[in-house]
Amino acid sequence: MQSDSHRQHISGQFNAELEAVRNHLLEMGGRVEAAVARAVETLLTRDSGEAEAVIAADQEVNAMEVRIDEECSRILARRQPAASDLRLVIAVAKVTTDLERVGDEATKIARQAITLSEQAPARSGSPEVRRIGKHVGAMLRSALDAFARQDVAMAVNVVVDDEGVDSEYHSAMRSLVTFMMEDPRNIGPILNELWALRALERIGDHAANIAEQVIYLARGLDVRHMEPAELRAYMQEEPGQPSPGDAAP
Amino acid sequence: MTEHSINVQALRRAPAPRVSAEGAALVADSLSLHYDGSAAPALDRIDLAIPRQRVTAFIGPSGCGKSSLLRCFNRMNDLIEGCRISGRIRLDGEDIHDPAVDVASLRRRVGMVFQAPNPFPKTVFENVAYGLRIQGINRKRVLDETVEKALRAAALWDEVKDRLDDSALALSGGQQQRLVIARTIAVEPEVLLLDEPASSLDPISTLRIEELIYELKTRYTIVIVTHNMQQAARVSDMTAFMYMGRLVEFGETDTLFTNPEQRQTEDYITGRYG
Repeated sequence: MQSDSHRQHISGQFNAELEAVRNHLLEMGGRVEAAVARAVETLLTRDSGEAEAVIAADQEVNAMEVRIDEECSRILARRQPAASDLRLVIAVAKVTTDLERVGDEATKIARQAITLSEQAPARSGSPEVRRIGKHVGAMLRSALDAFARQDVAMAVNVVVDDEGVDSEYHSAMRSLVTFMMEDPRNIGPILNELWALRALERIGDHAANIAEQVIYLARGLDVRHMEPAELRAYMQEEPGQPSPGDAAP
Repeated sequence: MTEHSINVQALRRAPAPRVSAEGAALVADSLSLHYDGSAAPALDRIDLAIPRQRVTAFIGPSGCGKSSLLRCFNRMNDLIEGCRISGRIRLDGEDIHDPAVDVASLRRRVGMVFQAPNPFPKTVFENVAYGLRIQGINRKRVLDETVEKALRAAALWDEVKDRLDDSALALSGGQQQRLVIARTIAVEPEVLLLDEPASSLDPISTLRIEELIYELKTRYTIVIVTHNMQQAARVSDMTAFMYMGRLVEFGETDTLFTNPEQRQTEDYITGRYG
């Protein structure tokens, strides 16, 4: 089931195609991950020039989505993959969709950065964006690492972790609403921050979706509508599997 | 998310379904088969229950025993010198090796179609009527009706209804294979054994045979041996993967082709075998 098993195919060409589509996905993931980090940074630094660059770079991510989908269709049509090969192609096709949307969310954050750059800074640092941005960035990286290694325990952690992001988002919203009530001049810039936070929260959801596909890929198990607590309990019950708590977060 | 919450147990990978012997048409109990002069058994303690009115496919590399197993079901191996069988096969609960069982009537109940179409050098009509005539049925009206019914069931009637008196050898390969299927089902078997039924046919004729298999399973229990894994995935409800005389995995075709339990099955169906 490990990714290196793709080297054992009788058809070397088929191996190469599966390896290529997997690598292209990870490459797209790397770009998207970088886009999120850059977008958050532009928001914190109010750097409109860099924010424009983030928005422009999303074109390439969109193009990669189309190319990877084409590769998946081609493999399905020409190779009729089965079992873990089939699950790889299906998972890649689904993960590209999530990655493309993460790219879109990054451009939304960059747009808020451009708007904010034209406004007087209301307060220093946007600590909520910094904190949640860091958390979500780590989740996305873990989801992609888990995909690369087919690490189920790591993937389960990402899915469970998404609840933490949701609650951080809600508490950030409450404190930002308080700032707006304190001084109406804050409303404009804080609304922009809220939009950015909303985008980050969505990125967390996409990271969790990617992690769910990792579990499908590695185990053939569809966990999409399982409660995180149930999922954790289920994975701990699985005999011979490392419990999710064993993996580094 | 809460409203979508579903039972964790339901997501558990179901254990390979064991078709209960009661609901099965054919049951093999610890079936082994040795050919003289070979140290290793061709079949090694096979336990298998083939469900009624469904399509069961046997897949596996050459020499894995899938054709040997198929031939056990209507005692075709009896014809092979030095072939020893141990264990039991039951057809509808009845031991097919019981001395009281008449092999000819067993083979009427368990019909077989081979890889290369083998029509007799007779007319289309006489090919299908053959089994009936052997049974002593000679009344023209009965023969006409049965032959038409069998040819319709084999999806061949429209193509040959005006050529019933032509030689069967004048038909195309795909038509000949459907004619052989019509000949087999004319005697109303319970089980149809198909040994690579489409391997000598072109893709369109192959699809016709596969479509026919799909239609026939409403009335017959079908067991098919095929080298073509995509064909097994397309036509069968259940799939058995065999390797070196052993039954490695037997399960629902949907599961076996998306998430097999055994590493050996995975390697074979993904092309890593060898």
